Amino acid sequence: MRKVVRGFYAIAEAVRLSRPNVIAAYPITPQTEIVENLAEMYANGELGDTEYVTAESEFGAASMVLGASAAGARAFTATSSQGLLLMTEVLYNAAGMRLPIVLVVANRSVSAPLSIWNDIQDSISIRDAGIIQLYVESNQEAHDMIPLAFKVAENRDVLLPFMVCVDGFKLTHAYEPVDLLDQETVDKFLPPYEPVVKLDIEKPAALGCYAPPPYYMEFRVAMEMAMERAREVMLKEFEEWYRLTGRDWGGYVVAENCEDAEVVVVAMGSIVALIREVVKQMRKEGKKVGMLKIRTYRPFPHEEVRKALKNAQKVVVIDRALSIGAEPPLAADVKSALFGLSPEFHSVVMGLGGRDIPREQIEKLINDVLEGKAKPGKRFEGLYEFEEVIP
Amino acid sequence: MSLFGPGHGACPGCGFPIAVRGALEALDGKVIAVNSTGCLEIVSSMYGRNTWGVPYIHSLFENAGAVAAGIETALRALKRDKEAHVVVFAGDGATFDIGIGTLSGMMDRNHNVIYICYDNEAYQNTGNQQSMATPTGAATTTTPAGKVIPGKMGRKKDMISIAVAHGIPYVASASIAFPKDFQRKVKRAAEFEGAKYIQVHAPCVTGWGIDGKLTVEVARLAVETGLYPLVEYENGKLVRVRKIKDRKPVEEYLKLQRRFRHLFKHPKGKEIIEELQRVADENARRYGLDA
Ligand SMILES: Cc1ncc(C[n+]2csc(CCOP(=O)(O)OP(=O)(O)O)c2C)c(N)n1
Ligand code: SF4
Repeated sequence: MRKVVRGFYAIAEAVRLSRPNVIAAYPITPQTEIVENLAEMYANGELGDTEYVTAESEFGAASMVLGASAAGARAFTATSSQGLLLMTEVLYNAAGMRLPIVLVVANRSVSAPLSIWNDIQDSISIRDAGIIQLYVESNQEAHDMIPLAFKVAENRDVLLPFMVCVDGFKLTHAYEPVDLLDQETVDKFLPPYEPVVKLDIEKPAALGCYAPPPYYMEFRVAMEMAMERAREVMLKEFEEWYRLTGRDWGGYVVAENCEDAEVVVVAMGSIVALIREVVKQMRKEGKKVGMLKIRTYRPFPHEEVRKALKNAQKVVVIDRALSIGAEPPLAADVKSALFGLSPEFHSVVMGLGGRDIPREQIEKLINDVLEGKAKPGKRFEGLYEFEEVIP
Repeated sequence: MSLFGPGHGACPGCGFPIAVRGALEALDGKVIAVNSTGCLEIVSSMYGRNTWGVPYIHSLFENAGAVAAGIETALRALKRDKEAHVVVFAGDGATFDIGIGTLSGMMDRNHNVIYICYDNEAYQNTGNQQSMATPTGAATTTTPAGKVIPGKMGRKKDMISIAVAHGIPYVASASIAFPKDFQRKVKRAAEFEGAKYIQVHAPCVTGWGIDGKLTVEVARLAVETGLYPLVEYENGKLVRVRKIKDRKPVEEYLKLQRRFRHLFKHPKGKEIIEELQRVADENARRYGLDA
């Protein structure tokens, strides 16, 4: 059913349709409305057998979904920014325990200075936890990816937490037409969760053991192997999704106009929609430009990126996060995918803390690169003149 | 398989195995055990050497309350809540200090969990650092007895009152010196629906510096001096206390332990011993301990 809804509702509705057994969460802007919507559904008896708990903190919320998942439940939480950082210790733990928790991150910058506005520094900061990370560009994509996240995470070949990253405010609070799923479709796609191991009095097992040096490394390498297997599993599920809903999300990347492009712009998240429009317009003007959207940041689609960019003379990677003291995160990963090829490389950081990214800025950026007016390397766009101050 | 051990690696004479085994037996092994990081976890859950005969989970140092809450919620959602009791075993560091937030959340939401704090009065797993459960004057590696400062300053936190203040249905203190009493309390706790908090005094031979054969004796003296009152609250009301015949002076308890040895020669030691005696007297008055 196609409806104009706000992002947080599209997300909450997809969570409801996925029939989690336990939801535990804690409010933080701009995620709050997601859990408020779920709380309202719970209060109105619309969540079926789902138990909804408001935690004492994000740390508690993450710990509760960890416990719930270990007991054999399908478990969901959502957060942003400081909340995600507070969850970090638990999320590393959940990944190591191979618990297929699904969480939505309504992406927000991190403090200090305090900012409630969007960039993706929060989720990027825990990219090494062993959690699948997927970035969406629209609320339709957010809506569809939630059942998919549960299905992939719970696959026996995967068993890793799954994080769906949705740009805070830009998507979470935007009104967009969304083709809302129905229960029958989701039920067909997503069977109830059947854990391999759970806390069960009939079959006592110890979860979360302590591993001295002769054992530890194997556990961690096994996570890496599971993340590799997640690639195949995810592709299969994208296909299944297409068969069932007619919506084709492609795979981990979406390459548009890349084959003959002189300049390709690489990005993740909601900014992709804007880049697509600009690229389409420029193509009409006969300019050889293309666009590469990265959907899964972990596992990182090295091969697909390399394939899409192999003909590009110039590559522009847009990051909305920093790795202070090194290359911006997405640029670093794209570069590693391109090892041995040497296109002219532009690493552009923009839109931190909700800084506006006007269409003209993207146009100028691509034109400058196309015309050879921009110096390769790393730069910040949309930055004002400032004097360094220590607050 | 036995419910706990015998393959665990706790030091000979350690107090907490008595509590763990006692609780599991009291509940006929119908337990899902949740354990925080600490001595108990390290000695019982090494990969390939699990000593638990019940389903067991360890997550982090400071989240056992929330993990247990999540398990309990899941069992309810899955309609498996009659299957087992969700029981936390957590050290005093995990309980009084770093995990008090998640424990408070668990108690506030009144999850159907029995939370057992084995109180060995310091961070023993990491080598005897002070916790908020460490009594006044005790020497730990972070509150050493120096020339100026005679061990830990400040009082042992009153977790029992904090638990009671949460309005949960059952709160009790216990001691491994009185295992039958402890087991009765665990059974009693299981009769209440909601959050239950039991704090069981469990000496640590290495951290306290006691002879492994004297564990029970030392724990008994803590009770008999009034320093560790055994009390029981049901629905917020004090319903039972263990009465003491001829309450002993605190020195009798202190002198058996290396952690208090300096008090008998330090210039400020006498003051500290007097302070501990005041704590014991105050406990006696407050709970009506003297028989
Ligand atoms: C966040 C965090 N900080 C510190 C530690 C290190 N650490 C592990 S166990 C422990 C002390 C445990 O003390 P307690 O809960 O009293 O249990 P005990 O070892 O005495 O049985 C500490 C400090 C940790 N694991 N996690
Ligand atoms: S260090 Fe103390 S608490 Fe830990 S096992 Fe040994 S005696 Fe028990």
